[in-house]
Amino acid sequence: MSSLEKHSYDVIVIGAGGAGLRAAIEAREQGLRVAILCKSLFGKAHTVMAEGGIAASMGNVNSKDSWQVHFCDSLRGGKFLNNPRMVELHAKEAPDRVWELETYGALFDRTKDGKISQRNFGGHEYPRLAHVGDRTGLELIRTFQQKIVSLQQDDLAEYGDAEARLKVFAELTVTELVKDGDVIAGAFGYYRETGAFVLFEAPAVILATGGIGKSFKVTSNSWEYTGDGHALALRAGANLINMEFVQFHPTGMVWPPSVKGILVTESVRGDGGILTNSEGKRFMFDYVPDVFVDQYAKTEAEGDRWYEDQENNKRPPELLPRDEVARAINSEVKAGRGSPHGGVFLDVSSRLSPEVIRKKLPAMYHQFKELADVDITATHFEVGPTCHYVMGGVEVDADTEGTAVPGLFACGEVSGGMHGANRLGGNSLSDLLVFGRRAGTGAAEYVAGLGDKRPSASEADLEAAGKAALEPFHADAQTRPAGSATPENPYTVHTELQQVMSDLVGIIRREGEISEALEKLKGLRVRAENAAVEGHRQFNPGWHLALDLRSMLDVSECIAKAALERQESRGGHTREDFPIMDPNWRSVNLICSLTPGTNDMVLTRKPVPTIPVELLSLFKRSELEKYLTPAELTVLDGPNSSSTVAGEQA
Amino acid sequence: MSYQADFKVWRGDTDGGDLADYTVEVNEGEVLLDVIHRLQATQAPDLAVRWNCKAGKCGSCSAEVNGKPSLLCMTRMNTFVPEETVTVTPLRTFPVVRDLVTDVSFNYKKALQIPAFAPPKDLAPGEYRMAQVDVERSQEFRKCIECFLCQTVCHVVRDHDDNKTAFAGPRFLIRAAELDMHPLDARTDRAEFARDEQGIGMCNITKCCTEVCPEHIKITDNAIIPMKERVVDRKYDPLVWLGSKIGLRKS
Repeated sequence: MSSLEKHSYDVIVIGAGGAGLRAAIEAREQGLRVAILCKSLFGKAHTVMAEGGIAASMGNVNSKDSWQVHFCDSLRGGKFLNNPRMVELHAKEAPDRVWELETYGALFDRTKDGKISQRNFGGHEYPRLAHVGDRTGLELIRTFQQKIVSLQQDDLAEYGDAEARLKVFAELTVTELVKDGDVIAGAFGYYRETGAFVLFEAPAVILATGGIGKSFKVTSNSWEYTGDGHALALRAGANLINMEFVQFHPTGMVWPPSVKGILVTESVRGDGGILTNSEGKRFMFDYVPDVFVDQYAKTEAEGDRWYEDQENNKRPPELLPRDEVARAINSEVKAGRGSPHGGVFLDVSSRLSPEVIRKKLPAMYHQFKELADVDITATHFEVGPTCHYVMGGVEVDADTEGTAVPGLFACGEVSGGMHGANRLGGNSLSDLLVFGRRAGTGAAEYVAGLGDKRPSASEADLEAAGKAALEPFHADAQTRPAGSATPENPYTVHTELQQVMSDLVGIIRREGEISEALEKLKGLRVRAENAAVEGHRQFNPGWHLALDLRSMLDVSECIAKAALERQESRGGHTREDFPIMDPNWRSVNLICSLTPGTNDMVLTRKPVPTIPVELLSLFKRSELEKYLTPAELTVLDGPNSSSTVAGEQA
Repeated sequence: MSYQADFKVWRGDTDGGDLADYTVEVNEGEVLLDVIHRLQATQAPDLAVRWNCKAGKCGSCSAEVNGKPSLLCMTRMNTFVPEETVTVTPLRTFPVVRDLVTDVSFNYKKALQIPAFAPPKDLAPGEYRMAQVDVERSQEFRKCIECFLCQTVCHVVRDHDDNKTAFAGPRFLIRAAELDMHPLDARTDRAEFARDEQGIGMCNITKCCTEVCPEHIKITDNAIIPMKERVVDRKYDPLVWLGSKIGLRKS
């Protein structure tokens, strides 16, 4: 590939959402030359869809809040499967990361005394989410975008070139990471606009590609969420953990089709919205699980009082963690008490005045009025679970976000561990701030440690990467495997993949169905290899999709394999045949990896990193008994006990 | 209720192109982007179109629908009668890349020219205090999803390509206003920058930008007109003029 366009940087960041941009800013501020590669235009990343806010225990609204309470809420929400070190760092550093945004120009909503306002959200004990109406994600992206512009202006002044040390390559897809022996050497991809290949040589690559929702039929995720980073990491030799944990947000729009899957922010419930079934019953009171019985209201009257007086009342069960609400809705629909289009009703119109709704939930009001002709101030609307977030992702070191592959880092949704079995709302924006920054630092330290040694890509690997990317143009009769039928339409294969994952590995899972899904995925993989595209390489969506299909299939197989293996129900993984949360599974992480040189996905077990006793002591013993085994609890018994809870150090 | 509808979609690239005729199924409750996706999946797999969120929040799927700059994801099909032929063309103000995709790099160049937010020197992170009523003015402009519909509709550049150098366009005039109205921005020359570098004087307030804004930002009334007034105030206020002459203020 002698004519291949080549660029050389210190750090490549793949993905321009919140995590990627925060990582890039950090690496650049540490003095490195950074390129950001993203599939869309700059500023369009899926982060813009985040509505509710950024969880950070600043204590602006309730001074009782602290990092310790945030730590406990996050671990409880994640069903104690989280990487405790990540949860600790996240809870401790989130406030600084939010305040830092104000120095970049962010304008959050304010409290009466002029501080950053904080709102209530599911699973958070105190009002904790810094927000801008219900468009917090957009504020975050714009703030970072403008911070990047400001760094580029500095470089323009200093070097006469705005892009001297930080450049965004928009509308560019990375198809393969390249290595030099065992270490990362860069990334290979193509410009979507021209279809031309390009190589980025760099000793450090930060994956910040977001999630995997496009493998499911109903999703709140944008087209970019095809699991590219997960798949790139796997193929480069890194591990994926916790892939069975997929979060279905309980309240996606169900009707009309123009907004199917689109999120109705949890703030609608946080601000007073209620869920009812076709009989008009507020059914969530019937679905408070034992582990949460002490934290939630038992009567509608108490739940309603909580909105006005949170000191003396418990919160209504509409604000249970997302997995609980999603399962409850699923059960109501199954029991025949659903809405006409297979959801339940969410109603804020009978609870708040139209003026207050428009003030508190402006983007929601506006979005549904214009996209769907639905007026949320005047009527209830139909909602149901929508694939929203993957808790699982690339296994990383908590402090540096480094992976098993030297030089490869991951942060944001594409990384795993932080959220355990279930993520709390608001914790994803804080996650990408805290760990985006840490990935930037981790990469900078790694590059500094290399000295003058720079890895380089082999010509053979580049040839192979180029050839693989062009296969969809050559899926004609001569090259197709013997016995395979006509060339496949990538759009059809994609639709069928989504159907398989939604039907067989969706919210409620069963052994037989997951096994069936794994069989079907094998067939889809063969068909995806036959996906053929028309036209040429210039901005060709059919080609783009044919390539993205590979990533979606890799990710789907990981999800299905891990879902089959975990014989319990926990957070974003519900097995009808194993409905109980089993403390013996609590300490087990399932790891997906590829056998080198093959497409064989192997699943192994690894202990969840232990929770240090001083952090464990933040909980009441009675609560820990619901999650941990008796043996794990002995650590709390005496002053001479060891400092860790049962399980290997990992 | 489903029906077959007729569409004309511009197909082509930098070498030119033409409207192509398609007949596509339309279902109840759909938006135009749903139909474009169906067209891609069934008849024209290589039809180039940008989109991301499909929820009116990212501003990617901008195009011109029957000649009006619109977001495809926010164009409800029930706003047309079934017999109507809907024409979809790329944004006219920017060069075509392919089909409905245009080269919008003009906007990123303009964004790079605006001096960034200048943080107050005397406040550490966490010490910022602002009243809600004061941040709301700038927050209105920060709702902008950068769909660039205001940029494409603005006749200062829509029909006069040569104005692109001197004129930043409505999107970046609201950015200037947003910074000017930011309670803690340390710079004081935002209005002058809008006058000298962004060409705010070329705007003759026909409000076309406000009309197409999917976020309903009152671009002209709340940003451009106040900024124009501030430019005029400063420039012609006799006290300011005197102050600048005797060295009390920087103009």
